[in-house]
Amino acid sequence: MSKSEQLRQTRFGQLVDAFGLPRLIITGFLIFLFIMAPITGSDLPTQITNVINRFSWNAVLVLAMVPMIHSGCGLNFGVPLGVLAGLLGGTLAIEMGFTGPMSFVMAIVVSTPFAILFGGGYGALLNKIKGGEMMVATYVGFSSVSFMCIMWLLIPYKNPSIVMAYTGVGLRNMFALDSFYAGVLSKFLEIDLNPLGINLVIPVGSLLFFALLAFLMWAFLHTKTGTAMTAVGSNPTFAKASGINVDKIRLLSVVLSTWLGAVGILVYQQGFGFVQLYTAPLNMAMPAVAAILIGGASVNKASVANVIIGTFLFQGLVTMTPTVITALIHTDVSEVIRIIVSNGMVIYALTRKTEGAK
Amino acid sequence: MRSIKKDFFGNQVLTDINFTLGEGEVLGLCGENGAGKSTLMKILFGMDVIRETGGYEGDIFINGEKAVFNTPFDALKAGIGMVHQEFSLIPGFTATENILLNREPQRRNVVSQIFGDRLNTLDYKEMDRRSAEAIKKMGVEIDAKMVISSMPVGHKQFTEIARELSKDQLKLLILDEPTAVLTEKEAEALLESIRGMSAQGISVIFITHRLHEILAVCDKVVVMRDGHVVRDVPAKETSVDDITRWMVGRDVQSGSAVPEAKAEPSDAKTIMSIKNLWVDMPGETVRNVSLDVREGEILGIGGLAGQGKLGIPNGIMGLYEAGGTVVFDGQEISLNNPRKCLDSSLAFVSEDRRGVGLLLDETLEWNIAFPAMQIQDKFLKKLFGGAIKWRDEKGIHAVTQKYIDALQIRCTSSKQKAKELSGGNQQKVCLAKAFALEPKFLFVSEPTRGIDVGAKSLVLEALKKFNRESGVTVVMISSELEELRQTCDRIAIVSGGQVSGILPAAASSEEFGTLMISQVV
Repeated sequence: MSKSEQLRQTRFGQLVDAFGLPRLIITGFLIFLFIMAPITGSDLPTQITNVINRFSWNAVLVLAMVPMIHSGCGLNFGVPLGVLAGLLGGTLAIEMGFTGPMSFVMAIVVSTPFAILFGGGYGALLNKIKGGEMMVATYVGFSSVSFMCIMWLLIPYKNPSIVMAYTGVGLRNMFALDSFYAGVLSKFLEIDLNPLGINLVIPVGSLLFFALLAFLMWAFLHTKTGTAMTAVGSNPTFAKASGINVDKIRLLSVVLSTWLGAVGILVYQQGFGFVQLYTAPLNMAMPAVAAILIGGASVNKASVANVIIGTFLFQGLVTMTPTVITALIHTDVSEVIRIIVSNGMVIYALTRKTEGAK
Repeated sequence: MRSIKKDFFGNQVLTDINFTLGEGEVLGLCGENGAGKSTLMKILFGMDVIRETGGYEGDIFINGEKAVFNTPFDALKAGIGMVHQEFSLIPGFTATENILLNREPQRRNVVSQIFGDRLNTLDYKEMDRRSAEAIKKMGVEIDAKMVISSMPVGHKQFTEIARELSKDQLKLLILDEPTAVLTEKEAEALLESIRGMSAQGISVIFITHRLHEILAVCDKVVVMRDGHVVRDVPAKETSVDDITRWMVGRDVQSGSAVPEAKAEPSDAKTIMSIKNLWVDMPGETVRNVSLDVREGEILGIGGLAGQGKLGIPNGIMGLYEAGGTVVFDGQEISLNNPRKCLDSSLAFVSEDRRGVGLLLDETLEWNIAFPAMQIQDKFLKKLFGGAIKWRDEKGIHAVTQKYIDALQIRCTSSKQKAKELSGGNQQKVCLAKAFALEPKFLFVSEPTRGIDVGAKSLVLEALKKFNRESGVTVVMISSELEELRQTCDRIAIVSGGQVSGILPAAASSEEFGTLMISQVV
C-alpha cells in the first residue's frame, strides 16, 4: 500500500468516524437524487419546495426526541402519546368554535394540560422501569392510541365539520382544516417565487416557529436544569451523588418531550391541512426516531443540530425518492424505501447503543 | 520457549521497548499509570484495539520465531494466557465450569450422533479432574463446586488464573494487577502460586503497583515510564526505593514517613458526631457506628475489606439506605438525602470513580464544575433577574484550568472527556470536583485505589494541603494502613460494621492489626 493511499484511507476513515457511515451514505444518496431529478424530467424547484415543506411539518416532532434522549430515557417511541395530546387540543379547540389562527393558538393552549398530564403519567411509569424505557415506550404508544380510538367515538363532539357525516356521533377518520388552522404558520411571511416563473415556495412562518422552539431547546440545555438533565442521562449515579433528584429531572424531560410531540403534530397538521385520527398517530414515531438518528444522535446524546440535519436528510429522502426513482425504474418503491430507511436506522442505532453508554 | 523479544518503533505511547524473558522466568512490570504497561500487554495478547488503532511496529519473537497475533485467539494458540484486571467470569457457574468454559471435555451421545458435535454431553468427571489439577497447580484451596457469585473476591481471582493454567499449551501467563483486590494473605498465596508456576516452566509477566510483591517473586524487573523502558534489572539487585525512583523519575517519600508533628487538637470542638449509624450497603454493611470527628483534623478510617468502612461515607451521603443520627456543626443531618448533605457543606469523593465519581462521556469542565453549579449556583449567570440560570462557560473553564494546574492533571485540554484519562488523573478530577464545592467537611473514600505511586503521593499531598490551608475537616477511608498513617492525625479502625478503636497515627502496626480482626464477621 503506497503512502498516499494510506493517507487517503485514514482521511476517509476520519470522515466516517466524524460523520457516521450511514449518514454519509444517505447524504450521498440524497445528492444523487438532487442531481437525477432534472435528468429524469422532474422540476427541481418543485422538489426543493416539497423537501422544505416536509421539513417544516416534521421538524418539531423530531425536536420532541431531544429532552428524553438527554435525560437518558432513550428514544421516545412513545411520542404518539404527545400526538394524542395535540389531537385532543386541536379537536377541542375546533369544538369550542375557534377558527383561523386563533384555533391554532387555542389548540396549543388546550393541548398543554393534556400533555402535562399524559407526560407526567408516562414519566412516572418510565421511572419505574429504568433500563427498559424504549421497549415500554413503544407499548405505551400502542396502547394509548388504541384507547383513544375508543375515546374519539365516545367523547360527545358536536361540531358538524369534524364529526361523522352520517351518524353525527364520533369523529371522522380524517378532516380538512381549511376553515381552521391550515397554513396559519406556513402562509405567514411566505416567499412565493411562482410569479417569477420558479416553482419555489418557502413556508417562512413554519420555519421561524421551528427555529424559535429549537432556540428555546438549545437555550434550555444551557441552563442549570438543562445541564442537570444532560448529567442525569450521562451518569445517573453521578447526578444523584451531586444532589440531583434524578426521577424529577427524568419526569420533566418526559413532560417536555410529550408537550413538544403535541405541538409537533399541530404544526404538522397546519402544514398538511388535514387532521388524521384513530391509528394515524402510530405512524408518527418511527420517522421521527429515524430522523434524529440519521442526524447523528445516539441513544443518549442528541443536539439541535442533529435534529435539523436529520430531519432534512430523512424528509429529503422520503420526498425525493418517489418522483426520481419512480421515474427511473417505472415502479413505485417510495414506500418500501421509506420503511427500509427508517427501520434500518433504528436498528443501526440500537445496535450501537453500548458505544454511547458506559 | 527460549525468549521473547519485542520492539516497537515510532508509536506515540510506546517507544523502542525491548526486553527478553526466558522460560520459567517471572518478570515484574511496573510503571506509573499511563506509562504504557497495559498497551504493551494488549499488543502481546493481540487485542482488537491495537489493530483498530493502526497496529504496531516492531516484532515479537517466541522461541526465536516471529509471531504475529491478530486476535487474542492467535495469542491463546501460541500459549499466552492473560488474566485481566477486571474479572471475566460467569457469576452463576461453578468454578469448574468457569475454568473449562468452551473447552469442556465431551462425550458423544445418541442425540449428538445425529445432530453433530454441538450436542455432545459434558464429561463432568473429567472436568472435575482437570479443574482440580489446575487449582492444584496454583497450590491454593478453592472449592471447585462453588458458584462464582458466592465466592470471596480472592477466590474469583484464583479461578481466573486456574482457567489460564488449565490450558495445556500455556507457556506465558500475563497477570494484570492480580493482587489489587486481594487481602494481604490472599496475595501471599498468589505469589506462592506464581513461584510454583515458574518452577513448572511457565513464564509469567506480573504487573502490579505493590512493589514489594515484585521483589518477593520476580526474577527480573522492567520499569516503564512514559512509553520507555527505563530499567531492566534482576530483582535481586534492586529495592523498592530504587524502583519507585525509576518509575516516577523523581524522589517520592516512601515507607512510613513520620507524620508531621501536629499539635494534638484534643480540645478542638467536635464537628461531626455519628451515633448508632447503620448502612445497608451490599458487601460493606455498617451495623452500629458511633464516631466523633474533630474540627480541622484528618481522620482516617481503616479496616479489612467488607467490614463496613466504605459504608460509612456512602450511608451518610445518602447513596445507600441508612439510619441513625448524624450531627454536623450542631445540626442534625437527614439521611438518605444527598442534597441535604451537600447543602450543609459536606462533600464526598467516592471510591467508585467510574460509576459514581465521573461523567465519563463529558468534558473535564463539566465534571469539575457540575456539583458546584447544581448545589451552590456557582458558574451560573443570572438572566432576567434570576429567572434563567445560564451556564457560565468562561467561569467553568477558569475553575477547571485552575485545578488542572493545581493538581497536575495530565490531559490534552480542559475539554477532554473524562473517560480518556488514566486512573490517577481521573482520581484527581474527582478531588477537583469536591474542592470546587469548597466544603467544610470532606469524605474521601479509597483515594488511591488502583493508582500508581507518583499519583498517590500527589493525591495525598493535595488532601493534606487542602486540609491545612482551608481548614477543612477530612475523613479519609482507605484499605492501606500505611497510607492512612502517613496522612491522618487519628485512625479509626472498623471491624464487623463497628468502630473497634481509634488510635493516633503513630501507634504500632500490631495495635492496628489487633483492632482490625477484633470483631470480624
